[in-house]
Amino acid sequence: MLAQIFSIIQDDWLLLLIGQYPNGPLGGIAATLLLSVLGIALAFPLSVVVALARLSPWLMLRAPATALVYIMRGVPLLMIIFWGYFLVPLVIGTVVPGFVTMVVALVIYEAAFLSEIVRAGIQALPRGQMDAARALGHSHIGAMRYVILPQAIYNMTPSLLSQFVSTIKETTLGYVINVPELTFAANQINNRLLTKPFEVFALLAAIYFVVCWSLTQLANWLERRVAAKRAGKGGAHAPVNNGTPLAAEP
Amino acid sequence: MQGFDVTAILLNPQLAGMLADGFLVTLIIAAGSWVLAMSLGILLLVIRLLPSRIAERAVRAYVSYHSNVPTLVQLILWYFGISSLLPSGLQEWLSEHHAEATFAIIGLGLCQAAYFSEDLRSGLRSVAAGQEEAARALGHGYLSAMRYVMLPQAFRNALPALVNHSVSLFKNSSLAMAIGVAELTHAVKEVDNQSFRTFETFLIATIVYLGCSLILMGIGAWLGRRASPIGAR
Repeated sequence: MLAQIFSIIQDDWLLLLIGQYPNGPLGGIAATLLLSVLGIALAFPLSVVVALARLSPWLMLRAPATALVYIMRGVPLLMIIFWGYFLVPLVIGTVVPGFVTMVVALVIYEAAFLSEIVRAGIQALPRGQMDAARALGHSHIGAMRYVILPQAIYNMTPSLLSQFVSTIKETTLGYVINVPELTFAANQINNRLLTKPFEVFALLAAIYFVVCWSLTQLANWLERRVAAKRAGKGGAHAPVNNGTPLAAEP
Repeated sequence: MQGFDVTAILLNPQLAGMLADGFLVTLIIAAGSWVLAMSLGILLLVIRLLPSRIAERAVRAYVSYHSNVPTLVQLILWYFGISSLLPSGLQEWLSEHHAEATFAIIGLGLCQAAYFSEDLRSGLRSVAAGQEEAARALGHGYLSAMRYVMLPQAFRNALPALVNHSVSLFKNSSLAMAIGVAELTHAVKEVDNQSFRTFETFLIATIVYLGCSLILMGIGAWLGRRASPIGAR
């Protein structure tokens, strides 16, 4: 059985890695990672806006943000993907590839989940941070921008990374609308071989496991680091890294 | 393009019936895998509490596999992969008895059991160690201290996470459509193909999913209030 799995790797490693690129669309692991990176990177700024709206004293901002979060928490991602499949062409006025539909669905879905992480990160900071920033002459927005968000975002890097792992796992749903990514590539291989479904899909599971497990270990390591830094330095020297809070500390 | 009309689906016995059947299958898949996940989750926690390194490693490996491999891939592996390794007699029996639904329940249940066991474990770990010592000092045995002192508090601490993961399980039941289970999302595609009323069909299904999830969250909040100690309300 292992020998058969190795022979699948030997024959189809390129398909699993990049799909049919450059003779066709980018697929395989490369497309899976690209989908996840685009999904998280585009969702993150949106999630900060949603989080700030949820914490806003104005109902006009708070209500739609809260509704968005509850809808995304309560409706399966697959339904959101179907909505994207149906609505994106209507809004743009032209047919789009499944890849774009998938990115749109992931961004909206992840923005809601990330906003809960951002909100928790902001609320976990001591109130004194905001009060001190306001006392020093910052406006509410200035205090958020220069004092609260840099600290909150640094503290939540481990959660952001875990959410990235979730996103990688969610890109598999692209398989249902025929987005060429890793699961799709494995399915192509299975359709061609026909007789080795267990070997093909066990290999597929193993690839996802290696990618997601490594990133989870990294998230755990970051979490210990962030916790140690916060415990060691205390509130007075908040771990802000020269305005680039997402960069790893030297 | 036709005008917006939800009643065109809801009042059409055939289309409404397809959605209702799909919803029923969704409920069966979700409930079946929830029961499997919760029983297995408790069993995994008990195994992990055994004073054995091997038992602990085995449970950790189980949790690691199920939380790092996408749920959809686990379902595909069960339905297309593992089923092909079963003895042919069992395969035939399964294919006559809703193989896809059976494997969906097994796949979703085994996957979610990993999350439930972790939730319960962190709930148990957050109960102060003094609680067990105090219970033992008052004359409780190990099992009785667990039953009357530790587990009720552990359950209360784990409740928010358990509710969140139950909602995820309910939402993940939609993945079963990828292995051909005729649940709600599957029915949505069929009704859409027959009626060409995409917007209405999606809207009905979205409201049904959202309503069920909100009810689950509401039950969780109610249980949370009931379970909190009188002083902490």
